[in-house]
Amino acid sequence: MNAIEIHNLNKTYTTGTKALDDMTFTVNAGDFFGLLGANGAGKTTLIGILTGLVRTTSGTASIFDHDIITDPVHAKMSIGVVPQEFNFNIFEKVIDVLVTQAGYFGVPRKKALAKAERLLRDLDIWEKHNVPSRTLSGGMKRRLMIARALMHEPALLILDEPTAGVDIEMRRSMWKYLRELNNTGTTILLTTHNLEEAEQLCKNLAIIKQGRIIQQGSVSSLLSALEKRVYIISTAKGDEEITISKGGDLYALLQTYHARNIVVSDIRPKENRLEQLYMSLQ
Amino acid sequence: MKLPHYLISLQSIVRTEIIRFTRIWSQTLLPPVITQSLYFIIFGGFIGSQISDIKGVSYMAFLVPGLIMMGVINGAFQNVVSSVFGAKFMHSIEELLVSPTPNWVILFGYTLGGVLRGLLVGIIIFGVSAVFVHPQINHPWIVLLFALLTSTIFALGGFLNGIFAKKFDDVAIFPIFVLTPLTYFGGVFYSIDLLPSFWQTISKLNPILYIVDGFRYGFYSIADVPIFSSVIALLIFIVILSVINLTLLKKGVGMKQ
Repeated sequence: MNAIEIHNLNKTYTTGTKALDDMTFTVNAGDFFGLLGANGAGKTTLIGILTGLVRTTSGTASIFDHDIITDPVHAKMSIGVVPQEFNFNIFEKVIDVLVTQAGYFGVPRKKALAKAERLLRDLDIWEKHNVPSRTLSGGMKRRLMIARALMHEPALLILDEPTAGVDIEMRRSMWKYLRELNNTGTTILLTTHNLEEAEQLCKNLAIIKQGRIIQQGSVSSLLSALEKRVYIISTAKGDEEITISKGGDLYALLQTYHARNIVVSDIRPKENRLEQLYMSLQ
Repeated sequence: MKLPHYLISLQSIVRTEIIRFTRIWSQTLLPPVITQSLYFIIFGGFIGSQISDIKGVSYMAFLVPGLIMMGVINGAFQNVVSSVFGAKFMHSIEELLVSPTPNWVILFGYTLGGVLRGLLVGIIIFGVSAVFVHPQINHPWIVLLFALLTSTIFALGGFLNGIFAKKFDDVAIFPIFVLTPLTYFGGVFYSIDLLPSFWQTISKLNPILYIVDGFRYGFYSIADVPIFSSVIALLIFIVILSVINLTLLKKGVGMKQ
């Protein structure tokens, strides 16, 4: 079964801006799917359409076979969304943000309270459950939004730039949490500017440009298409930039350093591989 | 989602509304107490003592239903318009819009929140009035009916205003330029029998007149217009406003892009 199925989706805003241009793609159930694209490429519009915040101009979209227009109740029941901007009531207490949202999905209060405690503990913000949500740090607010999206146990979690403005340590812990969530069967659709994040987390991805999908496939197949890779090699003489063509052997190259008695202290990719791919498509 | 789920959803909206207006009680519940107390002191006490009875009721007692209704109208309207606009401003309205909560539950929930605040303000003002005068209530069910219908109408009106409001100014325009003049000319402070016939005719175009008049009938059994027609008019207003709001919600006006 497909978690998301989109056919010939178009969106033109009243201003005349064409945000989605005949977009067609599918996301399999259980996938960790990345959606990459520059600002204004149409990612947030697409998420808005899937979650019912933006109206379509034409085309169809369905969530687990529930059309978002003709069967919005079942489609929405399947979705948890973490938007790019903080959109909770900043005057509500953290626990109330979660329990209220669960209530909108028909989750009884008693059950919601228990679920909220479990999620807040998992995401390490339980100690803040009784404070107004506006007093949380940026990273905590991000985690609160993830917890809120999971309150009704959706089969599909949509994350729009979930780690924007989050420090490295917290980002890594959020990645771990999301991986575990995906491993338990939750389908995840992730949009991000952080290409390392996409490479680390996603199984499949699509690159979107001016409202169109311009590349789609598994992360490994897309990366294998790269013609060359550039590495920075650090030795006692300093850093050296080397390029390895597609099919080239990094190990063989290092052997040549060894043969010349040059000690290599560090080796690292000059740029993220996905970034290379992404830039080559722009 | 089935009916029990809708009820949970409705409960969540109403609970959030009650928490909101009780948390900021100094902005929502206290001001009407102070304002209406001033009206009682100045119009009822200082000026009212110089005015003869109206239809057999002392001027101070005559004021009570109108002042209560002013509080109910403003409380119900302000609660919903500020809550809907605030939710749009903070984007927290998206929490509701991404959920499977149907539009009628959203509208009903916000309206109920407004009705509860309106009624609470009304009860508080009634309590305040007891300090100045001992108002009698001849028809408690009519008082309750008019309070319910009126707060429902203005809560629905507040929702409509909230849908179209794009900035803070938009929240204040209707109450200042429409609601307040209509209320003041709606027979809160006088009986239209005291006006020349031309102004009596003009006054009868003001819907607030029927509300205040019907409510006052519940207290003292005195009315300028027939009660039954007032109730019918209020019910028609409720239906019209509900249909407009639901249509706008369905189209996503002011909420969706």
